[in-house]
Amino acid sequence: MSDINELSAVALGRKIKEKEVSVKEALDACFAAIDKKDEEVHAYITVDKDAAYKRAEDVQKKIDAGELKSPLAGVPAAIKDNMCTKDLKTTCASKILYNFVPTFTATAVENLENAGSIVLGKTNMDEFAMGSTTETSAFGVTRNPRNTAHVPGGSSGGSAAAVAADECAFALGSDTGGSIRQPAGYCGVVGMKPTYGTVSRYGLVAYGSSLDQIGPLAKSTEDIAVILEAIASHDKKDSTSLDRKDTDFTSALKEDVKGMKIGLPRDYFGDGLDPEVAAAVKKAAEDLKAAGAEVEEFDLKLVKYAIPAYYTIADAEASSNLERFDGIKYGYRTDNFTDLHDLYKKTRSEGFGPEVQRRIMLGSFVLSSGYYDAYYLKALKVKALIKQAFDEAFAKYDFILGPVAPTTAPELGKSLSDPMKMYLGDIYTISVNLAGLPGICLPCGKDKTGLPIGLQLIGDCFKEKTLIQAAYTYEKIRGTV
Amino acid sequence: MANVISDETIEYVGILSKLKLNEEQKEQAKKDLAQMLDYIDELGEVDTEGVEPMTHIHPEVNCFREDVVTNGDDHEAILKNAPEEKDSAFVVPRTFD
Repeated sequence: MSDINELSAVALGRKIKEKEVSVKEALDACFAAIDKKDEEVHAYITVDKDAAYKRAEDVQKKIDAGELKSPLAGVPAAIKDNMCTKDLKTTCASKILYNFVPTFTATAVENLENAGSIVLGKTNMDEFAMGSTTETSAFGVTRNPRNTAHVPGGSSGGSAAAVAADECAFALGSDTGGSIRQPAGYCGVVGMKPTYGTVSRYGLVAYGSSLDQIGPLAKSTEDIAVILEAIASHDKKDSTSLDRKDTDFTSALKEDVKGMKIGLPRDYFGDGLDPEVAAAVKKAAEDLKAAGAEVEEFDLKLVKYAIPAYYTIADAEASSNLERFDGIKYGYRTDNFTDLHDLYKKTRSEGFGPEVQRRIMLGSFVLSSGYYDAYYLKALKVKALIKQAFDEAFAKYDFILGPVAPTTAPELGKSLSDPMKMYLGDIYTISVNLAGLPGICLPCGKDKTGLPIGLQLIGDCFKEKTLIQAAYTYEKIRGTV
Repeated sequence: MANVISDETIEYVGILSKLKLNEEQKEQAKKDLAQMLDYIDELGEVDTEGVEPMTHIHPEVNCFREDVVTNGDDHEAILKNAPEEKDSAFVVPRTFD
């Protein structure tokens, strides 16, 4: 039998329900893994053992009394540090929020807690979710548990690493341009970004509000379906939250892809894609074909324009969203200042790291008078065309299959020196956010050095179930990676 | 590099961004911004004649609600996060004489 902390969330939840494992034992196992591994991996920024054990007692009582029946009851979770958690420090991996303790809990986390899941702590990330490697955190880098000389990806790198290192049963992340799917790929776990509006953004510290979406990172597709079913909700506190009636995602855990039409975008297999990654992803398509799916190549179009459109829109929204960090109401405040404006400026320059400042400046510029039409509006028009290209694709295919990133996880310290190159690494994930689509990433092999390769499936809006069914089926065919 | 960012522009961007940049940071910012704008200029290759700008992907807009307070009084907990507070208020530097 696997150690308790190595079990999938569903398997652990079942053992807790059947009284084979107590909630306290589940926490013991996760905290032991954290104590053993996290000094090196550094998946967590904050771990709160006392609060977790206190809640475990309460949850255990409710399970014993038959009041808590969710498959996640008693199952320990790690939460990305950009989701507010009442009385638990929430830093966004930034110096500017180094001491911020929220007075409320994000709806997605609250939904998990209502299901009986227990928060272990808060995971490391790129500062304000701006980055693809978890190296821009103000509190130090996270290392990839599969090979600690490499990055875990980002920005939800801490959440992906915590799952991969069995330092939790599952985790929540957020995905603005690939920040759940790409680290899932680099760390060899499963990650899903739902359709925009499926999970409430209330309590998620905003980066690019029209693109941000919370989603699960876990050890299996079954876990993903269960967690997503628990966190999805219509929330009046988020005006972009949708009232969906089809969030019974576990109903899609079926082993069947017969007759499914899969599109392979040629644009996703061109220059810049590592041949080992290409081979593993194409093999996955062959496997699904052998199981009865139809596979066809097509031209998605406009793929290369997704990155400039994304950085224009995301940075514009970020420049506005991050105005609130001013050293007055919470977080860091500079020591020396002459007047109010000096206080604002020094606080922000000292509190934000270089990547965040770079994006705020670009965002302010593209929104400024005289440039708004040329840059921001232009990007929104290109976004409309990208959405249209996906609409055309989904008229023909049930889902799109491709890689999640052009390579496997880069070595630590190799990415930040050239931001442009880092941005290009987001090419297969970013358009999904622009079009608001769901996407799932799961392991489909390893490169010759043993690093995981991620397979990405992209669906039309509201087609999470198609993706879950296909991913579940593929997992069964694939077996252990 | 096609885009050249002038001193005046970076000064203006600093004001809009509420960031204090030293000379070295200004030079770096000019370079970074120009490089990103060169890249974003590639969007010019896409014909967007007659295309409506798309802000949100779902048709649901304008979620109205009654203007009623539903949250409780959290002011004590909220003020605990303030760098400086006094008499149930945030303290800021003198803003006028």
